Amino acid sequence: MALIPALATAQEEAGYTAGHPLPGQFHLQRSVTPIMDSITAFHDGILMWSISLIVALVLGLLVWIMFRYNAKRNPVPAGFTHNTLVEIIWTVLPIVALIVIAIPSFGVLSDQLTTPDGERKYLGSNIFSFGEVEVPAPELTIKATGQQWYWDYEYVDQGVGLTSLMLNETDRAATKPGQPRLLAVDNELVVPVDTTVRMQVTADPLGVIHAFAVPSFGIKIDAVPGRLNETWFNARETGLYYGQCSELCGKDHAFMPIAVRVVTKDEFAAYMAAFEAGDYTAANATLAAIQ
Amino acid sequence: MADTTAHLEAHATGHDAASHHTPTGWRRWVYSTNHKDIGIMYLVFAIVAGIIGGLLSGVMRMELQEPGIQIFHGLASMVYGLDVNGGEALDAGKHMYNVFTTAHALIMVFFVVMPATMGGFANYFAPLMIGAPDTAFPRINNIAFWLLPPAFILLMMSLFFEGTGPGALGFGGGWTIYPPLSTTGHPGPAMDFAILSLHVAGVSSILGAINLITTIFNMRAPGMTLHKMPLFAWSVLVTAFLLLLALPVLAGAITMLLTDRNFDTAFFKPDQGGDPILFQHLFWFFGHPEVYIMILPGFGIISHIVSTFSRKPIFGYMAMAYAMVAIGFVGFVVWAHHMYTTGLSLDVQRYFVAATMVIAVPTGVKIFSWIATMWGGSITFKSPMLWAIGFIFLFTVGGVTGVVLANAGADRALHDTYYVVAHFHYVLSLGAVFSIFAAWYYWFPKMSGYMYNEFLAQAHFWIMFIGVNLIFFPQHFLGLAGMPRRYIDYPDAFGFFNRISSIGYYITFVAMIIFFYATWEAFRKKRVAGDNPWGDGATTLEWTLSSPPPFHQFTTLPKIDSTNAH
Repeated sequence: MALIPALATAQEEAGYTAGHPLPGQFHLQRSVTPIMDSITAFHDGILMWSISLIVALVLGLLVWIMFRYNAKRNPVPAGFTHNTLVEIIWTVLPIVALIVIAIPSFGVLSDQLTTPDGERKYLGSNIFSFGEVEVPAPELTIKATGQQWYWDYEYVDQGVGLTSLMLNETDRAATKPGQPRLLAVDNELVVPVDTTVRMQVTADPLGVIHAFAVPSFGIKIDAVPGRLNETWFNARETGLYYGQCSELCGKDHAFMPIAVRVVTKDEFAAYMAAFEAGDYTAANATLAAIQ
Repeated sequence: MADTTAHLEAHATGHDAASHHTPTGWRRWVYSTNHKDIGIMYLVFAIVAGIIGGLLSGVMRMELQEPGIQIFHGLASMVYGLDVNGGEALDAGKHMYNVFTTAHALIMVFFVVMPATMGGFANYFAPLMIGAPDTAFPRINNIAFWLLPPAFILLMMSLFFEGTGPGALGFGGGWTIYPPLSTTGHPGPAMDFAILSLHVAGVSSILGAINLITTIFNMRAPGMTLHKMPLFAWSVLVTAFLLLLALPVLAGAITMLLTDRNFDTAFFKPDQGGDPILFQHLFWFFGHPEVYIMILPGFGIISHIVSTFSRKPIFGYMAMAYAMVAIGFVGFVVWAHHMYTTGLSLDVQRYFVAATMVIAVPTGVKIFSWIATMWGGSITFKSPMLWAIGFIFLFTVGGVTGVVLANAGADRALHDTYYVVAHFHYVLSLGAVFSIFAAWYYWFPKMSGYMYNEFLAQAHFWIMFIGVNLIFFPQHFLGLAGMPRRYIDYPDAFGFFNRISSIGYYITFVAMIIFFYATWEAFRKKRVAGDNPWGDGATTLEWTLSSPPPFHQFTTLPKIDSTNAH
């Protein structure tokens, strides 16, 4: 939904509308996971309405007051300082509103912080259900280590790893001109579609705090030296999804993006086979066709 | 008004006028033990610091106006004498941007909002409102003020010492100063100067808090029970307690940073058994009460102004007073809502979601009570009232985005994005700052004896209203779309709303020029304001005194009845 079509990115034209911000975007990035589905439903469906109502109510009251009780229209002020009914209403109604918000809120939160086991169901977009979306247990574990100023990714069970650096403008123009400035990286993190991925996130033990985030997946977790944090995602669409480091980490904080390429399970198998065989270039070559 | 004056002897009686003369020259200010003079010094200090803090954010907004880096590499090349097209200048510029971000926040929090509200208006008006001749400890008041310029100088000095390394001056780790970035990440002395600055400023605030608590508890005029005390005095009392209890925790935390940096301790060093997250708990245990410290005096000010210009007593006085107490209290047990992405457990996050949402209830009671005060009133829309009404609306906007962020599930997507920046600038720049300008225009005639030009004051309000909303409203969209905060450069898609936000800054700048001109003009024209320019709606004790008040007031204590309490 580009507000300014002239600024549409190459990817937008190619049909990718998730995984990166669109020019003039004023809403959350499009979701491709059950977790981001529930965040979006919670924010757009409940929070936005609640806060808009409250702001509209306060604004409406203020406008009415300015119109009706200005000195010209109301030269003699009233003297009341109490109204028990109204005081009860404006204490109880907000409590009710908060409870209405809190119920789905706790559900959305629990989903995020509970790594799937194959049995537990997830809310997805229906945040008032008891969980209808089936999510399999993790089949892949990836450890992301925040460095100054790039990410190291390790496929923990396969024992192979890669380093992912932002492409400078020269290299981006040469190798990946269709990808957005400040988001394109040399080596993307490759994961299979419809697969639950366990993300373990940490940082260089002698380094600083970073944070791993992918808006379209609805995940964000701090990368703290000496601490292994965990989150998970299950992406249902192939494509290229970007995030950016989300904890101030020094001069290149804005220049260490996260790029996750979600590929089909077959493509991932071929990629991983080449990778495990020790040939990272060949592994990348299996992806070149999907550029 | 006439009845009230008859009850009071507001001016110095014969023997006092003869035996004490007002000090003159530099000694009047440097040695001051007068709460009004000290209050004015705090206000002047806050204005000077505000200019510096506001210029820093101006350069930042200029940089962020377009995608790419247009300014900071040039700035760095000038400061360091580097080739503007080289990588070194670019690197230095990126670090400098982080230093600007950090300094902007530290200045606005510790050297603008807190000095203006607690140092300035609280010191000047709390004693007047409770019928006291001065504060309990006038000499503590003096040192509390005079600690601030050195604290500020220490912060300014830190900008010129090595931060992360040679060619990277200043501390660029954010006002939140998280380790390891603030310890091993910044080996140079800049961070140590910043820590010292915060220590000195912290001592200043704690001393001021002790003074105000003792004054309010012990020096109310006869008949002024706590439940008859004006709401601004209540807000100052609650805020002073928050300062007293929260600042020592900051002091402990930054001392631990200092020893980690210089004395081989390992509080926050994971490779030696420490934990960076410990710092975050300690910092935010201070940091969350700190944001209530910044807003509560504003709540008190708004109550007075709304009541005065509606010519109606404040609705629900007890609920208003105890709502502030509740906000202060609960504010101490919600700190980890700033830490939802650090890896806290589900149960811990659930608790903090619930506790944080609780604060919305007393806050809502206040918003509705201000509205109910205006309801049925006879309202004149003088400039203080414009600022107050603007506050009520804009603080509500900022408050509801706070409710959004309180939900950890949603915060997952919004943490460390511009949504957070928008939220806190709405409650601070459009909340606390609006209340400070409201107080300025309300009490300037009392403090100076002069009336400002109402047209200029209104121009300041309207242009500022447009400007700050243009700066910060689009930032909600940037945050939702995923733009992280503390970023010198951003993906091109974020350009549209960044451009609008920067234009908002230039408009706000014009409004600030008008503010300075209006102030200068008032002192130039010297229109006499009189004891009470605001009419029968202004019922608190300061309006019974001359404008400006005598150097010593209430040498004979006033007797309190229902017409001059709240």
